[in-house]
Amino acid sequence: MTYEPKNLRVVGTRPIRHDGADKVTGRANYASDFTLPGMLWGRVLRSPHAHTRVISINTDKARALPGVKAVITGADLTLPPPGITQAGESAINTQHLAKNLLARDKVFYDGHPVAAVAAISEAIAQQALGLIEVVYEVLPHVIDVDEAMRDDAPLLHDDLFTEGVEPKPEKPSNIAKRIFVGKGDIAKGFAEADIVIERSFTTKAVHQGYIEPQGVVANYAEDGQAMVWCSSQGQFLIRDLCITMLGMEASSLKVIPAEIGGGFGGKTTVYLEPLALMLSKAAGRPVKLTMTRGEVLRATGPHSGSSMTAKIGAMKDGTITTAEVVIKFQAGAFPGSPVGAAVMFCSAPYDIPNLSITGYDVVVNIPKIHAYRAPGAPNGAFAFETVLDELARELKMDPIDFRAKNSAVEGSKSPYGPTHGPIGGIECLSSAKNHPHYKANLGPNQGRGVASGFWINIGGQSAATVVVNRDGTISLVEGCPDIGGTRASLAMMCAEVLGIVAEKVRPSIVDTTAIAFNDVTGGSRVTFATGIAVVQATEDAVRQMRERAAKMWDIEVDQVGWRDGAAQELNGNRSLTISQIAQKAAKTGGQIMGHASINAHGAGPSLTTHLCDVEVDRETGKITILRYTTFQDAGKAVHPSYVEGQMQGGAAQGIGWALNEEYIHDAQGRLENAGFLDYRMPVASDLPMIDAVIIEVPNPNHPFGVRGVGEAPIVPPLAAIANAIYDATGVRMRDLPFSPPKVLAALEAAGKAKANG
Amino acid sequence: MAKSHVSTTVNGDPVEFLCDAPETMLDVLRNTLGLTGTKEGCGTGDCGACSIIVDGRVVCGCLMLAVEATGKQVTTIEGIGAPDRLHPVQQAFLEDAALQCGFCTPGFIVAAKALLDRNPDPSETEIRYWLAGNLCRCTGYDKIVRAVQHAAAEMKGQPA
Repeated sequence: MTYEPKNLRVVGTRPIRHDGADKVTGRANYASDFTLPGMLWGRVLRSPHAHTRVISINTDKARALPGVKAVITGADLTLPPPGITQAGESAINTQHLAKNLLARDKVFYDGHPVAAVAAISEAIAQQALGLIEVVYEVLPHVIDVDEAMRDDAPLLHDDLFTEGVEPKPEKPSNIAKRIFVGKGDIAKGFAEADIVIERSFTTKAVHQGYIEPQGVVANYAEDGQAMVWCSSQGQFLIRDLCITMLGMEASSLKVIPAEIGGGFGGKTTVYLEPLALMLSKAAGRPVKLTMTRGEVLRATGPHSGSSMTAKIGAMKDGTITTAEVVIKFQAGAFPGSPVGAAVMFCSAPYDIPNLSITGYDVVVNIPKIHAYRAPGAPNGAFAFETVLDELARELKMDPIDFRAKNSAVEGSKSPYGPTHGPIGGIECLSSAKNHPHYKANLGPNQGRGVASGFWINIGGQSAATVVVNRDGTISLVEGCPDIGGTRASLAMMCAEVLGIVAEKVRPSIVDTTAIAFNDVTGGSRVTFATGIAVVQATEDAVRQMRERAAKMWDIEVDQVGWRDGAAQELNGNRSLTISQIAQKAAKTGGQIMGHASINAHGAGPSLTTHLCDVEVDRETGKITILRYTTFQDAGKAVHPSYVEGQMQGGAAQGIGWALNEEYIHDAQGRLENAGFLDYRMPVASDLPMIDAVIIEVPNPNHPFGVRGVGEAPIVPPLAAIANAIYDATGVRMRDLPFSPPKVLAALEAAGKAKANG
Repeated sequence: MAKSHVSTTVNGDPVEFLCDAPETMLDVLRNTLGLTGTKEGCGTGDCGACSIIVDGRVVCGCLMLAVEATGKQVTTIEGIGAPDRLHPVQQAFLEDAALQCGFCTPGFIVAAKALLDRNPDPSETEIRYWLAGNLCRCTGYDKIVRAVQHAAAEMKGQPA
């Protein structure tokens, strides 16, 4: 579908979301809010070691405990055939998934599941875990990505040979893959540059930090039919991964989507669901399995820590001639970090003729990395945008002007291949430059930082059904879990096409048996891709209603138009409302239902620029965010409040990543801060209001011009804050997070260096 | 060990339940009384998703033993607002789009109501520090703070 400018009456307004009342009254049911009669409670036994061989597991005493109904270990999970399941922006290796769900001969991280129990109460299940006897042979571990790449590093997998290098290595290593993106001639580019700056950066692993821990209720019946209630970013993905793990048929497993309490990419895989099904199958009763916060932090996918070097050259007039970047990502226990996105997108806001960007995917002894909002891009942008800030200062250029001079525009060839259509990079930069924030005065120890970010966004498979009810209301059926207001945005697009108010469209997110396959809620794709499916399904319903009206009037269908929620006679003044048509549906051909099932292409990339003011407390090293403004191209904001919400929330996550969040391990590789007290995410008193300025450069591939908006906002904050700290103090921070002890140490080191002259 | 018998008041109704000594008020609300609007995000008092009001004070349900409810007045999210009318804080959350996933929302609404009950005219800073015990990962707090300001104005009879 292509974009056409239209007079809009619903799209672009701010109605109350359809699921709102349920969510402000406590009615909304999240994963662990379900119970079933006869339900058992499950618990998971996890390794206390970072890297071990599993010599033996004895479950006899646990099984003998009264009230225990099932115990499972890795031996009960048949290794599935090799395969890859696509999960939004990640790809899931099914054999690695099986080994991650329940350790087999080896444990790869602190928190790796070893066994699971179902019992008549949570207390008995917990007690049973203590009766399982596991004999471990503890092995040396490695967590730091640079250390894991060394020849003498402890080896996680003895069958892992680096992909992407010629010739194929003879020895296994922790380097799963080398990837490369390049163009032009970087030697020539550096020769043309008047100034070249090369810097190195590190970041720690961080967690998505959704507030709802994973939870599931599974019910496996004797005839092999099963149901799963869980919160996820895609009920179809959960179904497909579960049936692959258990060797089931797709029609035998119904996955019912609960409300989802945050995901940010982290709920695009399974941790508990197959275990709950196995326990339910073994016990013959429904089983509930939930994670504690400690389990969430120890055993679900954090986002990669990284080590990066960026070398960028520019001419005196501000033209960037070349960039050479090396990016190493922690993959966690199994290969598959999002380093590819860091490689492809770190330079993507710009049009740079000579590029060499290399990435390494490196296994280490932490949980398997999983997607986190614009996976990989914030790391790369941290390195790239910080060096750009240094270059702008050396060139004595305004940092926004410097970025604008090198911006990718429509027709620029992207680093990852395709040529850009209309994109809003320049528009974001000029909006930032003209914003009052950019001109506001700063006080002592205060500084301002600028950074831009890019996210590609995806399309993918979506289906929608538009059911026309007798009273003229609409039941909109769709299959993508609503994390941030997509029920509202989808219902609004349906209402816009019909010419009715959004409140007359009631959206439902249904189970895996009630609609065709949908890809996950991820990749900022739902309002774009499912939006196209909804528009097409609505147009299908409108076409049917015009046909019914033509029948009722006994005229040709091409003599019937559609306007303001009614069929209109083109050569006359008769009209029929939706309810008038629907009430006669039985006599004009049966009930009216529009449908569409698509694979959407042409998701428009989203560009964004952030302005950040900080104040640095020189006595404590604490950074205070004084003011924060985000500028982002949304293509078209269907519900501007929820677009602003994405921009504000993404910025806040980036601020947390920059200032405090990090995985901290002890000498044995155990996670030391597996709780919200010590894994310190931003709270309300840490942040100012976050101004969100929506830019609208329509995406030509969506009927209303929509681009995905969810992910780009987390990309710039790391560098924007680093650049603001430099502006405030003259000290460059290149190792995340900028927690008070580290800031204080950097300030003191800079003070000493200055004193020593 | 024998269970303890507890008599308490939840959302204005007399309630009795049996519980084990280690069970928290959050466990009993969710698993015994079926009041699942109160959420568990951490179980350690760090996220505020289980915020409830006990004798006028905001408490993390996960840090309160269920036996401590004896003789107390407990208010949960289910006890806020009336069937014919949402509480102004709930209404403001809807109008100002102050929720995304909605999981932290009951805790925020309980905490914000308790704030406005004792301070009808809080400053932005007072709102931010009062709500600092409630984690939200989706919104960046901007729209939540604005919704509480909006509700405060509504409750004083002023147009926001």
